[in-house]
Amino acid sequence: MNFPVLKGASYALVQANDMIIHQGSTSLSEQKLSPDSEYLKLLPTRLRSFEDCVNYAPNQVYIGNKRPKDLNGIEAPWYENSPKGASREGKHGEIMPLDEFLGLMKAVDAFELVLLEESFQKAVEPKLLAHPVVGGWKFLEKLGKGHAAQAQIDELVAGHLAEPMYCEGKLVGCVKKAHEFDAALSEHVMFENLVSKASAAFCLELLLQKTDLDRTDVGYIIECSEEACGDMNQRGGGNFAKAIGEVCGCVNATGSDTRSFCAGPAHALVEAAALVQAGIYKNVVVLAGGSCAKLGMNSKNHIAKGLPVLEDVMGAFAVHVGENDGVSPVIRTDIVGQHTIGSGGSPQAVMQALVANPLDRAGLKIGDVDTFSTEMHDPGVMVPAGAGNVPEANYKMIAALGVMRKEFEKSQLPEILAKISMPGYAPPQGHIPSGVPFLAHMKDLMAEGELNRVMIVGKGSLFLGRLTNLFDGVSFIVEKNSGVVESGSVDKDSVRAMIAEAMADFAASLRVQDTVDERPHSSHRHSAE
Amino acid sequence: MDLENQARIKSFCEQYGNEDFIVVLGGGEAEASGLAAETVSTGDPTFAGPLAGVSLGLKAYHMFELKDEVDAAVYEEQIAMMEMVLEMDAIIEEVKNYRG
Repeated sequence: MNFPVLKGASYALVQANDMIIHQGSTSLSEQKLSPDSEYLKLLPTRLRSFEDCVNYAPNQVYIGNKRPKDLNGIEAPWYENSPKGASREGKHGEIMPLDEFLGLMKAVDAFELVLLEESFQKAVEPKLLAHPVVGGWKFLEKLGKGHAAQAQIDELVAGHLAEPMYCEGKLVGCVKKAHEFDAALSEHVMFENLVSKASAAFCLELLLQKTDLDRTDVGYIIECSEEACGDMNQRGGGNFAKAIGEVCGCVNATGSDTRSFCAGPAHALVEAAALVQAGIYKNVVVLAGGSCAKLGMNSKNHIAKGLPVLEDVMGAFAVHVGENDGVSPVIRTDIVGQHTIGSGGSPQAVMQALVANPLDRAGLKIGDVDTFSTEMHDPGVMVPAGAGNVPEANYKMIAALGVMRKEFEKSQLPEILAKISMPGYAPPQGHIPSGVPFLAHMKDLMAEGELNRVMIVGKGSLFLGRLTNLFDGVSFIVEKNSGVVESGSVDKDSVRAMIAEAMADFAASLRVQDTVDERPHSSHRHSAE
Repeated sequence: MDLENQARIKSFCEQYGNEDFIVVLGGGEAEASGLAAETVSTGDPTFAGPLAGVSLGLKAYHMFELKDEVDAAVYEEQIAMMEMVLEMDAIIEEVKNYRG
């Protein structure tokens, strides 16, 4: 069987210090509840420089300049001990500063909602035109016109008609509300959605520039962030996917949005693999942009402990799933794990459903998997916040599951953990750390012969939407490509044999049908229909 | 502690009173479990939720402490694996602190 393959993946980070203060949910909640709090006073003083953000070793891993296990060689805390002189450009992606990103938000705005102050816009335009990745976008033309006066922006923001865009503490622009009173098109929602669209489009362009995928060959795009776009009659109507593909000139693509909190990307990758394997589309891109609401989510704890605000980046990714090329890692669509409605919500039940069950069905053991990419949250961010080391907890659960299943002894736990573990390095932006950050590293490591089989695990907390207390998760196995591509073609003799067999089956079915039709219509037969 | 959970516990307490009412925690980490135990006992120390400044005086127990109170087969199926994963002793020690 020809399985689909992971042909490439790209990753983007956007440092957005001012958005932590003005759009981050933690800061906004505090402004509402305790506007005079010590936290709000300290917040602007604990922000990192762009240089420190670029140097931060987990960010360097995310964009591909370091490998995940390189972090084991850097003493904690990583924000203090990361090597200096790192580059914003990476093998798999890039880290963008806020001024350039605000320019991108204007470039991708299709409804003239974004206003940038004249001098700011004039300063950003040449930077983006000279940018090696997005410099060729036709939408950058928007930066050459429509410059706004500072007074106009001040007035719109003061009148609550627009969401402010700050850069280095200065009000440099705004996103206007898209309807007089529709809450789904409010200035805040439009800001969040434009952030998501701009960061995802940047990452899609990175994928197109860093891999051999031609933009006109993209057939389908699945967007899997955690935002919703629509109006008051269809609040989550969509479609981010096509809006993002349009920016990058993917003129032959259609697409849609898939949602399942942090498990969204894993669902989307399984869907992409199925679409390719079914032959419906040859090239599918799964992507997601970043979330400004999650910026500084744990910053109260970080500030209380004297740390800088480490959640200062928004993440994005784009992954290309295509037909088997005999080289790229293979997505084993026959080894997919799913947390079903009846699976149960305890961690043990979740791990059973996502890890043990699919392996059992394939006749594999936990020890047959080289490593697992689960929730790859950066422990440098999560541990000081009191949320524990998330990837480590997952690895411990997987290893403990092996003990429960008597695959290995309890005494072997440290050895198993050392084999399957890698440190987390992704910014805790919900869908961003969930399984996908490792795909590009995995492709490289498989090409180098370091890995043969990896399980990607996505998990999601559905209770946050207050519609169900169910948990969610999806997993799948990726393997090194054997190099064998089945042609799928058949010779004339095989076709003749298949036709003869089909005709014989058809003739036999007619004989059975004659027998059935001669009988009176019984109530049993009726109920069977 | 999740703000919604704080609201629910407060509401249950108003409805049923705080006698014969315990809170069962399933937290995966000592500090966070202790924070939850403190919140339902003396009030939300972060002053962020409905239990800020509200001392319900409820006793909180981590699920690990209630092993002998539940069906052994269910515990084995749902919880036992986590004994190997979490810092069980540290969690229990921390939660106990807030039971007075």
